[in-house]
Amino acid sequence: MEITFALAGNQNCGKTTLFNLLTGSKQHVGNFPGVTVERKEGDILKHEGAHVVDLPGIYSLSPYTAEEVVTRDYLLSDEPAGIINIADATNIERNLYLTLQMIELRKPMVLALNMMDEMIGSGGSIDVKAMSEELGIPVIPIAAITGDGVHDLVDKAIEVVENNILPQRVDFCSGAVHRAIHSVVHIIEDHAQKAGVPRRFAATKLIEGDELMAKRLDIHEADMDVISHIVEDMEQTLGTDREAALADMRYTFIEGVCEKSVRHPGETKEQKRSWEIDKILTHRIYGIPIFLGIMMAVFAITFGLVGPVLSAWFESGINAAVGVIDTALTSAGVSPWLHSLIIDGACAGVGSVLSFLPTIVVLFFLLSILEDTGYMARVAFVMDRLLRSIGLSGRSFVPMLIGFGCSVPAIMATRTLPGERDRKMTILLIPFMSCSAKLPIYSVMCQAFFPHHTALVMMGLYVTGIIMGILVGFLLKGSLFRGRPAPFVLELPAYRLPSARSCLMLMWEKAKDFLVKAFTIIFMASIVIWLLQNLDFGFGMVSDPSDSMLVAIGKWIAPVFAPLGFGKWQCAAALMTGLGAKEAVVSTLTMLMGTAEGQLAGVLGTLFPSSLSAVSFLVFTLLYMPCVAAMAAVRREMGSLLEAVGMMVFQTSIAWLAAFVVYNAGTLLGL
Amino acid sequence: MTLDKLEIGDSAVIDTVGGQGALRRRFLDMGLTPGTKVQMRKKAPMGDPIEIKLRGYELTLRLEDAEKITLKG
Repeated sequence: MEITFALAGNQNCGKTTLFNLLTGSKQHVGNFPGVTVERKEGDILKHEGAHVVDLPGIYSLSPYTAEEVVTRDYLLSDEPAGIINIADATNIERNLYLTLQMIELRKPMVLALNMMDEMIGSGGSIDVKAMSEELGIPVIPIAAITGDGVHDLVDKAIEVVENNILPQRVDFCSGAVHRAIHSVVHIIEDHAQKAGVPRRFAATKLIEGDELMAKRLDIHEADMDVISHIVEDMEQTLGTDREAALADMRYTFIEGVCEKSVRHPGETKEQKRSWEIDKILTHRIYGIPIFLGIMMAVFAITFGLVGPVLSAWFESGINAAVGVIDTALTSAGVSPWLHSLIIDGACAGVGSVLSFLPTIVVLFFLLSILEDTGYMARVAFVMDRLLRSIGLSGRSFVPMLIGFGCSVPAIMATRTLPGERDRKMTILLIPFMSCSAKLPIYSVMCQAFFPHHTALVMMGLYVTGIIMGILVGFLLKGSLFRGRPAPFVLELPAYRLPSARSCLMLMWEKAKDFLVKAFTIIFMASIVIWLLQNLDFGFGMVSDPSDSMLVAIGKWIAPVFAPLGFGKWQCAAALMTGLGAKEAVVSTLTMLMGTAEGQLAGVLGTLFPSSLSAVSFLVFTLLYMPCVAAMAAVRREMGSLLEAVGMMVFQTSIAWLAAFVVYNAGTLLGL
Repeated sequence: MTLDKLEIGDSAVIDTVGGQGALRRRFLDMGLTPGTKVQMRKKAPMGDPIEIKLRGYELTLRLEDAEKITLKG
């Protein structure tokens, strides 16, 4: 029998750890259709035919965030046969709030009480039997970090689905709310059935004023009026409004459940320890320096210590592999053009991107440690003030910082941000943080034009990028992203040791993600760029690179850059190959100028008539659309090709305008 | 008094929860309901946001939002 379970719970309750434990390495990661909300699914180990879908970490089934809407739509669909709800036993009151809403969905359901070990270790206890009776669903204590209780959990979950055991309890309310719910259920019964929504769930959502639910049920205006009257009556009796009334009803019920079943130790050992750690990490004076120090350490390890060593090993491995392919092709006697296409095109392109893989894996390993320990929430707490003015929250700070290393992992890291608006806006701003692949361009240009002020020019470029990012942030806040940001009401979870398994799984997941990209989009792009470099418009091989399509296109678009002060076709062609990888700008210029590597700076004077035109070129390089790998990441995270393309056009336009302003203002000033 | 004015270390009981739309709903969902006891724990390095404790866990929110929650007494 095929069974799919939905795994749902709050953030920071150990949901991912449980999911990894249930499925092992057999996971499939994607997005829910049309939104940037991650959907993970996998087969449950040792239980053939049982699958589980990991839903986003949420606190409620309200209609306000993409995560919550996606979750409830999924739970209301026929796909999941049962629900596994995971809750943090040390923080049970707030966790049960979501549980109560899911119980109304009338699906077979079990509650996994995670972190029972911490609860008991701190002198607390939960009477599982009493809680199960109060809630009307099976309650299984587990410790996802060690795996205790997980077998019982899966067995129980399969049992409730196979025997179709629905939650035994339907009423959590009394008095005025109770009366209102019953009246509304009566009115909407038929609509709910037609729409495939459990009537009880539909009624509570309607009473809360949920417009999405009203639309889904397609209720007549006359009926809506009656419901409004019922709600007004309830509000008057209770002296409060509809949303507060229902939240209060749920929490009152939960307090009752906890009174009967939970003996709370006050603060658990872990909570006390967290408070002590936070005395240092979120300290009024040391908090920010410590955060910057941690980020510097992450950068130093990723881009300075471990990354390059691993990358070098990896690269020599790739070279060896390419060598084998090379020999095989030669001995097979393939034609020179095919040989060149495979070796110089596909292998070189994919290989140069693959050499980033170790860096990305190391970076994500470190970031997952920061995330899983609970430190990321503190980063949001410490840095929120700074990002608020451009309409973002402190959580966006880390992805943007990573952008200085490489946009690809930075864009991938936006996945943990709450709210689709924040996520998309952060993705749009990341490319303004100058990535490390642009450094070779800056350094060769500085060597040629500003040999004595290299540091100053470099600094200026980074600062220009940041300032442009802030300006664009303001622009976006007032236009495309006028909508309200996700409310910044964030849990600061207790610090916990991350599970090694979860960190490794995340590393593997990101590596896989990156590999897929390298072998699909980047593979294609490398071939296209090779074709452009080596063929003329009659699709014949060229012997001289200056007869190629790339050069022809370069000549054709070069006039676009003339107002910016660098109208030579070599510049245009180099910028085009820069789309494959930014470092390629330098290698293309070297090739097109017919000089040896290292001699380029000496001949750049013939391409750029003045230092001003060089600055203009630098500004354009700093700001124009990111490389193929980054674009692929954007497309994937945005979930829309159109939006990704729009972003590229937008960035290239900004780059053109900025370079235009720099060049022409400079000319006017007589620079 | 409103929640943003609470002194560090002090506790109080929520009287009303204001705000609108997603923000208000978030307050309520996170357990900031009338009658709930909250304690001010600390302020972020730049003075804002704040960290409070309620229902056995720690929550952070901005001063401008905390202003919309009134306290008894």
